[in-house]
Amino acid sequence: MPGSSDEPRRGVNVARVLARPEATAIAGTALVFAIFGATAGGSGMFALDGVMSWSVVAGYLGILSVGACLLMIAGEFDLSIGSMIGFTGMVAAIPPIHFGWPVWLAMLVSLAAALALGFINGQLVVRTGLPSFIVTLAFLFVLRGLTLAFSVIVADRTIVSGIGDLAEQDPVARLLFSGTFGDGLFRWLAHHHWIHTLDDGAPLVRGIPKVLLWWAVLAIAGSLQLSRTRSGNWIFAAGGDAAAAQNMGVPVRRVKVALFMFTALCGWLFAMLQICDVGSAAADRGLQKEFEAVIAAVIGGSLLTGGYGSVIGACFGALIFGVVEIGITYTNLNAEWFRVFLGGMLLLAVLFNNHVRRRVTQAR
Amino acid sequence: MAPDPASDYLLELDRVSKFFGTVTALSDVSLRLGRGEVHCLLGDNGAGKSTLIKILAGVHPPSRGTYRVDGVPVAFDSPRDALDRGIATVYQDLALVPLMSVYRNFFLGREPTRVRWGVFRVFDRRLAARLATERLADMGIAVRDPEQPVGTLSGGERQCLAIARAIHFGARVLILDEPTAALGVKQSANVLRIIARARDKGISVIFITHNVHHAYPIGDRFTLLNRGRSMGSFAKSEISRDEVLDMMAGGQAALTDELRMSDSP
Repeated sequence: MPGSSDEPRRGVNVARVLARPEATAIAGTALVFAIFGATAGGSGMFALDGVMSWSVVAGYLGILSVGACLLMIAGEFDLSIGSMIGFTGMVAAIPPIHFGWPVWLAMLVSLAAALALGFINGQLVVRTGLPSFIVTLAFLFVLRGLTLAFSVIVADRTIVSGIGDLAEQDPVARLLFSGTFGDGLFRWLAHHHWIHTLDDGAPLVRGIPKVLLWWAVLAIAGSLQLSRTRSGNWIFAAGGDAAAAQNMGVPVRRVKVALFMFTALCGWLFAMLQICDVGSAAADRGLQKEFEAVIAAVIGGSLLTGGYGSVIGACFGALIFGVVEIGITYTNLNAEWFRVFLGGMLLLAVLFNNHVRRRVTQAR
Repeated sequence: MAPDPASDYLLELDRVSKFFGTVTALSDVSLRLGRGEVHCLLGDNGAGKSTLIKILAGVHPPSRGTYRVDGVPVAFDSPRDALDRGIATVYQDLALVPLMSVYRNFFLGREPTRVRWGVFRVFDRRLAARLATERLADMGIAVRDPEQPVGTLSGGERQCLAIARAIHFGARVLILDEPTAALGVKQSANVLRIIARARDKGISVIFITHNVHHAYPIGDRFTLLNRGRSMGSFAKSEISRDEVLDMMAGGQAALTDELRMSDSP
């Protein structure tokens, strides 16, 4: 696991391992796997295609949760991330379909727009000193409304289809977002009958979806940045005590604005992968994703008050999400129980995190 | 003008006044800090101690009068300027982040780095943890574990951590704002011990307090403030603890008498 191997330490300390922020999320993941292993073990949920179906759900959310988690550790929220997904998806999809732009160019413009919005979000928060909860809640509505309104004005519709095929032909979009990775390996595995095949001998699962690759890249990069770089130290400090950090010369504002931009980038990445995967863009995409990302981060051990948390934990939080959301369809339970389960999980995580915070901030 | 190493005084305030609008926070205060001296600044609430610290630390420029460092007049634009001259201030809030570990706090904003795989500049945590432990040990503080969150340290340990950090980053002058104010007897003693150790290392200390019992044992010199005015600077040989107490109490002595009178039937 990144973040622990060259941490200064003397021997293995069980208490310290348990005190790590991601400990709960890892325990929760084990619990969730045990439950579904027992109730849905024979249903194909843990066959390769089953694994892919829940890990893709986890991967999409995981990408958002990396951004949400880093921002939360720095003491801020971004509730506009769900609207950002709809917005950036439409910005990338409308120009190629309606004006004949190359897909890569539209995606680049979409990225620039996302970063600009993240910058504005961040500047508004650090300059006004208002809670980011409120500022970005406003943006959640403004951005969703703008996306819907402009889609109608420019393209006369709120769903744009056909972008998936165009992306497939675009070298950049195909390389980065479309389809799967490692197809050759999977064909080879299928050839030796080590994985399930279709009737024509092609593998049932073509390869590793690119969303999982991006998730892994972001998780590793985010985790290393947080635990092993100066800026990681600044992120903890900005959320832990902004005034103290400022007094010690940490550029608190710059750190926060950069993280708002990074969160926006995560939303953009989500949207690009989704339009390539689904084949269409829609103005109402990403609904409630802002909450799911926050939930994943909290289950992953991040404190809502900032200054404490782990990227790896947030990724386990996203994994729990994916396993439960998809796993429940493999059981006899009604799928709506998924929300009940997650709500319960969230409550437990918050109670536990609160306990951790008390222990960490009280003199022994 | 070049710094004058021959100057007897590291810091000097010469008849300094500070006005905020029509309010006079300080008036004609003079103060001289000798090398390797613990200079206690005593005064009750509202005596002007905070304003004086802020002038010394470069937060406020004086409205009138001269501030000299190493005998040379200075005009600091920001605390950063003062820090560059080796004048470090440890405020009461200590600028520590409770949720972060001892070593992460120690190097906050000035993290040591090394290059990994030829490209990545990473925070050298091993070095940071080792240095933090060593520096704290130098000051006589045994840290159980540099990974320990600062929130789990006692108030005295936190104060000592903040002082050790300032010394590590090159402080020649330490300005300590009420370092013993919120501490118990034993922890205060620890902080006083750290101050003595800093002096032994040749560092000059300005120790702001309203507690004569903390100031007298450690102080070499005492400056008393009352309502923005200096009541004088005294070497330890010139003044006894009781005299300091009397001067501090000032108007209060009369008040105490009055209270005693009203108590008696």
